[in-house]
Amino acid sequence: MPDVLLEVRDIVKHYPVTRGLLQRTVGWVRAIDGVSFSVERGKTMSLVGESGAGKTTVAKMILLLERLTSGTILFEGEDIYKYSSAELKKNYRPKVQSVQQNPWSSMNPRMRIRDIVGEPLFVNTDLAKKDAYSKVIELLEQVGIGPEGMTRYPHEFSGGQRQRIAVARALALHPNMLILDEPVSALDVSIRAQIMNLLKDLQNQYNLSYVVIAHNLATVRYMSHTVAIMYLGQLVEFGESEDLFERPLHPYTRALISASQLTLPEDSEGQAKQIILTGEMPSPLNPPPGCRFHTRCTEAGERCSRDVPEMRKVGKQQVKCHHYS
Amino acid sequence: MINILPTINVKKKKQYRGITRATRIVRNLAFIIPAAIMALMVIMAIFADLSWMGLPNVGIAPHDPNAQVMTNRYLPPSFMEGGKSEYLLGTDKFGRDILSRVIFGARVSLSVSLIAIFITAFVGTALGILAGYVGGRFEGLIMRIVDMALSFPFLLLAMLLAVAIGPGFWTVVFALSALGWAGYARMIRGEAMRINQSDFVAQARVIGATPWRIMSRHIFPNIVNTLIVIMTLQVGMMILAESALSYLGIGITAPQASWGSMVADGRSYLDTAWWISTFPGICIGLVVLSGNFLGDWIRDKLDPRLRQL
Amino acid sequence: MSGNIVLQVEDLHTSFFTRAGEVKAVDGVSFFVREAETFGIVGESGCGKSVTGLSILRLLPEPSGQIVGGKIIMEGKNLLELSKSHMRAYRGKMISMILQDPMSSLNPVYTVGDQIGESVRLHQDLPENMVEPEVISALRLLRIPAPEVRLKEYPFQLSGGMRQRVVGAIAMSCRPHLLIADEPTTALDATIQAQYIALFEDIQEKTNVAIIFITHDFGVVARICDRVGVMYAGKIVETAPTRDIFKKPRHPYTKALIHSVPQLDRKDERLYSIEGQPPSMMNLPPGCRFYPRCDVSLDICKEQEPPEVKLNENHSISCWRVK
Repeated sequence: MPDVLLEVRDIVKHYPVTRGLLQRTVGWVRAIDGVSFSVERGKTMSLVGESGAGKTTVAKMILLLERLTSGTILFEGEDIYKYSSAELKKNYRPKVQSVQQNPWSSMNPRMRIRDIVGEPLFVNTDLAKKDAYSKVIELLEQVGIGPEGMTRYPHEFSGGQRQRIAVARALALHPNMLILDEPVSALDVSIRAQIMNLLKDLQNQYNLSYVVIAHNLATVRYMSHTVAIMYLGQLVEFGESEDLFERPLHPYTRALISASQLTLPEDSEGQAKQIILTGEMPSPLNPPPGCRFHTRCTEAGERCSRDVPEMRKVGKQQVKCHHYS
Repeated sequence: MINILPTINVKKKKQYRGITRATRIVRNLAFIIPAAIMALMVIMAIFADLSWMGLPNVGIAPHDPNAQVMTNRYLPPSFMEGGKSEYLLGTDKFGRDILSRVIFGARVSLSVSLIAIFITAFVGTALGILAGYVGGRFEGLIMRIVDMALSFPFLLLAMLLAVAIGPGFWTVVFALSALGWAGYARMIRGEAMRINQSDFVAQARVIGATPWRIMSRHIFPNIVNTLIVIMTLQVGMMILAESALSYLGIGITAPQASWGSMVADGRSYLDTAWWISTFPGICIGLVVLSGNFLGDWIRDKLDPRLRQL
Repeated sequence: MSGNIVLQVEDLHTSFFTRAGEVKAVDGVSFFVREAETFGIVGESGCGKSVTGLSILRLLPEPSGQIVGGKIIMEGKNLLELSKSHMRAYRGKMISMILQDPMSSLNPVYTVGDQIGESVRLHQDLPENMVEPEVISALRLLRIPAPEVRLKEYPFQLSGGMRQRVVGAIAMSCRPHLLIADEPTTALDATIQAQYIALFEDIQEKTNVAIIFITHDFGVVARICDRVGVMYAGKIVETAPTRDIFKKPRHPYTKALIHSVPQLDRKDERLYSIEGQPPSMMNLPPGCRFYPRCDVSLDICKEQEPPEVKLNENHSISCWRVK
């Protein structure tokens, strides 16, 4: 029996678009339109998609930074939207923490590192300052930052170091799950490997689950157990990392993989197989009818512009495409 | 075929090394001179006499500012013909020493302004942060009140207050504060909104921080820079406003010497006993200019900027 | 490799003079680019690649940024010896640049047509009624759909990928001989990136423009660059044809970099991660700059900087291990 930690069922988030003096709602931005997936304890699930696909919105929903329009999010079996704020503080917040993309803006520039990393402890526990600071030293050591960093300010550290500090902060309350929003995309190439290795080591040590939002497929392959591909607010494919990369089913997945591969110019066979999509992702204000991807799909059929495809199981993967029905 | 051309001669002019030394010296003067003037004014205000230490007759003011010596009326400054050495800047129509009155005037004008600045800063910042954080209708309400305060005519309010509760020190403070907080509220609210949407505030929410914590430990420390700049730039404005009120007779009244009222006293004598208005007028000008220069300098320093280039 | 050499950079030195001291951002960089060829400059942030691009165009922030030595020879003329107005004539007409963020490269209050037209008017002596067709032809070169409509649109009305194409259209409007692209694809999504790169290959084929492509993304390098220079701490440590950089990297930094980047085609068990960080450009140690992070260093590496060695006509490297 897989140990499911987080389960997201059919979540929908629509943002109203208002206009006019009386602020009438004239339309809806359908940021997420029915997304479901689950994350097991100790495993990494990556949410992949391009900008506008809705992946950051999913993260916000899980972190309760904004509220769902409809759908359910279950953590350890409990519906987090039914929690009162006291219950949230006790049962949810300490267990689910986040690491953000931008190491320059995710820390208060006016606070010292010991207060930044210690803040979760000050807010959620009764620890005396001295004890909290000792814990901070331990946490920093775990991510490879020495104790002299305690009294320094964020601007005195490099991007990679700041990201490590962000990880230390996220671990302060011993969470079960981390939501990582593009944790390495703002970092230098040679630093990314350091952070990714650190995250993997911590996962093994503490049996942490990760939900990683990323757009770089190579990073995703390296870090994930399961992968969910999003397009225009919906999941189009979901499966184990190896299965998905070896046998991508959805045309969009194939295009993404093709765009991310290392094809050398002399490799004419590889060049010929490249899938280059036309156009750009449509606006979530007005998604195309039928299958949302059909406007750019190289394999679109007649049915694709009319009927909305269902999410179907093909082997161990799930796909939302008419070619598999 | 590439032509072999001689390498450029690198001209090592002094200007080459980034910002020149001369420029740096001038930039520092922009701070030193105004700061010195303000410091001088503050010293004058504090040490006019030591009555706050219990020694009313000790201080830098050579005479009692209110001592009327009718035999010494309209004396010109000591460096002019007819002046007396003990009245360095001359006397007014009651024989009162101008220098002493200017020194005590510093105390009055500066204290009114500083008290008003702190009150307006406190109220304006608190409302601005709240409005920026809470948003929604509450923010709308506060901003509409701000708009009203900003458009209300200041002089009219001051006159109404003078009629209602009588002119004087606290009336002026009240008049300056009643409308002055609005400017702060508007600027701070913009900053607070921006910071409220930043990543580290979102992170604090994820950690479970209370609104109070977010406002006091995250938003406030990040608006302090803006606040300091505004406050420094307000010094000049407040002094001018107080001087205007005192000049018009609805501010600080006799016998207290305020620079503004001193200017008013001498206005009929500008061609004969010009020193009565001129010296306090110069002080007003100096303080306002220094306050503005200092404010500009502080703003340049505190605004995020590439410090090295 | 055929084609005339369009640009030759010889021993370029660019420094920034700050209150804290001289920052030697580019410290002896040499390379060349041919007609219809794409030369990639790869490196991490702070290595000096963007400064190199700006130096070629002489667009460094003054007075702190100064080119302190070297030659930049374009079609027979040393660009560093040109007067300021002569250089201005070169910019846009002979050499063009594309920057990373299309939103800040475009002026939000002018239409697309006005912005491309500005470049055309500045550099070409055309009668006014001939300007619009030129603008439209530039838009078509970048495969922007419905160019006549786009002319009147403002940047905020366009998507990210489209804006980047408009920036490209401005750059190519006067058919320059050299195009410098500074991380133009970093802000783009993967599928849009692929489109954009294919577009550039097409443009190069049509106009024979030489391209210097500055980036940190190896995937992009693999696709579009013919030859690559790897920069580290202000110097080029290895120059080679793209294939060799990926298949046969010789410099320890290049090797480490290639192995620390996860690649889609292989499943890595553990990524190689380079210890430490790039050095501060203000107080550089005497020896090889990569020495503190190098796994295979020799004693001499600590003391002396390695000279550039030509392995063959197309492959040069600066490393004591390679003679």
